[in-house]
Amino acid sequence: METLDFTLPVISFQAVWPQIILVATALFVLLADVFKRKEKTALIGFMSLAGSIMALACLLVTWPTSGGSSFSGMVFTDGFSFFIALIILLILILTIMISINYQKFFSRINCGEYYALILFATCGMTLMAAAGNLILIFVALETMSVSIYVLAAFHKDKLRSAEAALKYFLLGAFASGFLLYGFALIYGATGTLDIVKIGNFISSHPNILHSKLLIAGLVMMTVGFGFKISMVPFHMWTPDVYEGAPTVITGFMATGVKAAAFAALIRVVLVPLISLKVDWISIMWIAAFLTMTVGNIIALAQDNIKRMLAYSSIAHAGYILIGFVAGTGLAQAGMLFYLMAYAFMNIGAFGVVALLGKEEGEYDQISDFAGLGFKYPVMGVAMAVFMFSLAGIPPSGGFMGKFYIFTEGIKAGYIWLVIFGAINSIISIYYYLRVVVVMYFHPSEGIVTMPRPSRTTVLALAIACWGVLLMGIFPSYFWSFATSCVFTLM
Amino acid sequence: MAEYQNIYLILSAILFTIGCGGVITRKNAIVVFLSIEIMLGAVNLAFITFSRANNSPEGIFMVMCIMAVAAAEAAVGLAIFVLLYRQTGSINIDKFNLLKW
Repeated sequence: METLDFTLPVISFQAVWPQIILVATALFVLLADVFKRKEKTALIGFMSLAGSIMALACLLVTWPTSGGSSFSGMVFTDGFSFFIALIILLILILTIMISINYQKFFSRINCGEYYALILFATCGMTLMAAAGNLILIFVALETMSVSIYVLAAFHKDKLRSAEAALKYFLLGAFASGFLLYGFALIYGATGTLDIVKIGNFISSHPNILHSKLLIAGLVMMTVGFGFKISMVPFHMWTPDVYEGAPTVITGFMATGVKAAAFAALIRVVLVPLISLKVDWISIMWIAAFLTMTVGNIIALAQDNIKRMLAYSSIAHAGYILIGFVAGTGLAQAGMLFYLMAYAFMNIGAFGVVALLGKEEGEYDQISDFAGLGFKYPVMGVAMAVFMFSLAGIPPSGGFMGKFYIFTEGIKAGYIWLVIFGAINSIISIYYYLRVVVVMYFHPSEGIVTMPRPSRTTVLALAIACWGVLLMGIFPSYFWSFATSCVFTLM
Repeated sequence: MAEYQNIYLILSAILFTIGCGGVITRKNAIVVFLSIEIMLGAVNLAFITFSRANNSPEGIFMVMCIMAVAAAEAAVGLAIFVLLYRQTGSINIDKFNLLKW
């Protein structure tokens, strides 16, 4: 073998400061849990909250003005990765704030490793969005997934939770097998694992477009990512896992994992493999259509609110896939906007469901909400706002997100897909409004009570509510922010 | 090298198919997990073959990462199996049907 010329790469740690802070906080929290006194239960939660706010501040300070990469192309420092990281850190902060309350009623959850795992998972998610190399995408994806397998099983004494973890674990590992085989085939076709180099190789070797290796790799990779974003027909695990996992973790999974996986999908499939678009566009068209329709239709029949929200999250993945099919820069901005709005409204909805959870039962049937709208007016209004936003009724972030994605879909010429999207969002109004109707117009049975929530949870729900409304009433600010982030992607 | 490359790739594809079939047909959670490990082994073989064929070291780094991550995954997976076995006395995946629509 020839000798290797080795020069130290230029490393700017600026690219990963938020991740460094997250990991440091996680390790500190693990250590602090050993030394803290038994009765100081909320302390660990506040420590991790402080760490994640620090990470968010760091992210905003180091916000890049132009695209670039660090660690010899391993990590991108462009607006896109920072925007996704911003969404994920907001999700993290809201999740931790809600967890502090949720834990009071589930004494067995109250451990340092709970927060440490959330922080590790967040670190993986943000790196997934920033990754410039398939190696890092895989490692970050598994950092996220392995942490979440454990978090899903956190109700140790409940069979449902363990069963959810089993299903998530087996199917997740199965999907990563496909993802990796896809990576291997793409590596075989192009000879590199660097995303930018893959793109360059394909544009400089047009013959490669007919290579069966590359197309097989693309298909397998799409299967792998399809599991993570719960794209039909790889959605079967979603309702089971979302129902069985602790409610707060379900909210975290539904928003964070989805944002990270969509970011990686855009990075790996949309940007370097855009010249293969003729091959995957029809598959993604059908996938987007099926994902919306199957999610919405099955959601109509659900009585468990977590299961209903799980199917609704499948449907929302379908709407976001319309942006993916359109594929233009502005459509990507629409996806970013939608992911942010979706993060606020879904974390909020799961946060309200988590408020009812107690040691003896989760109270997650839709009928459990009967009469709660008048009994707890603030909670009722918050839930109504989140449901209206999920249904896409103006003025809410969910409406504006759909508006931007559908507009870009029409501009790119996928009119039928957008029509199906609009029909689907009309179907979805039924089951979202059903929750509101049950809350306000059904008599209370008086069994379900809401324990007094702590101030952090109220604040978290207020932030989520405010975010949803702000994105609906002043969308242009967020929209120009998202578009400016996308144009530094190239 | 070039003429052997296809043999290794075919072997890798066969292993991957065996793993896939195992995941779909087997009922014991540990055997399912074993099949997933076979799939990862197939992936590793493909990466090493391509790495040799393209004369680039990246594939070998990837294999290192895959092995490390697979070990971490095994630890978590077996912990979940133990948790289920303690509660139900079985790790037959057909028995776990509390969650369905």
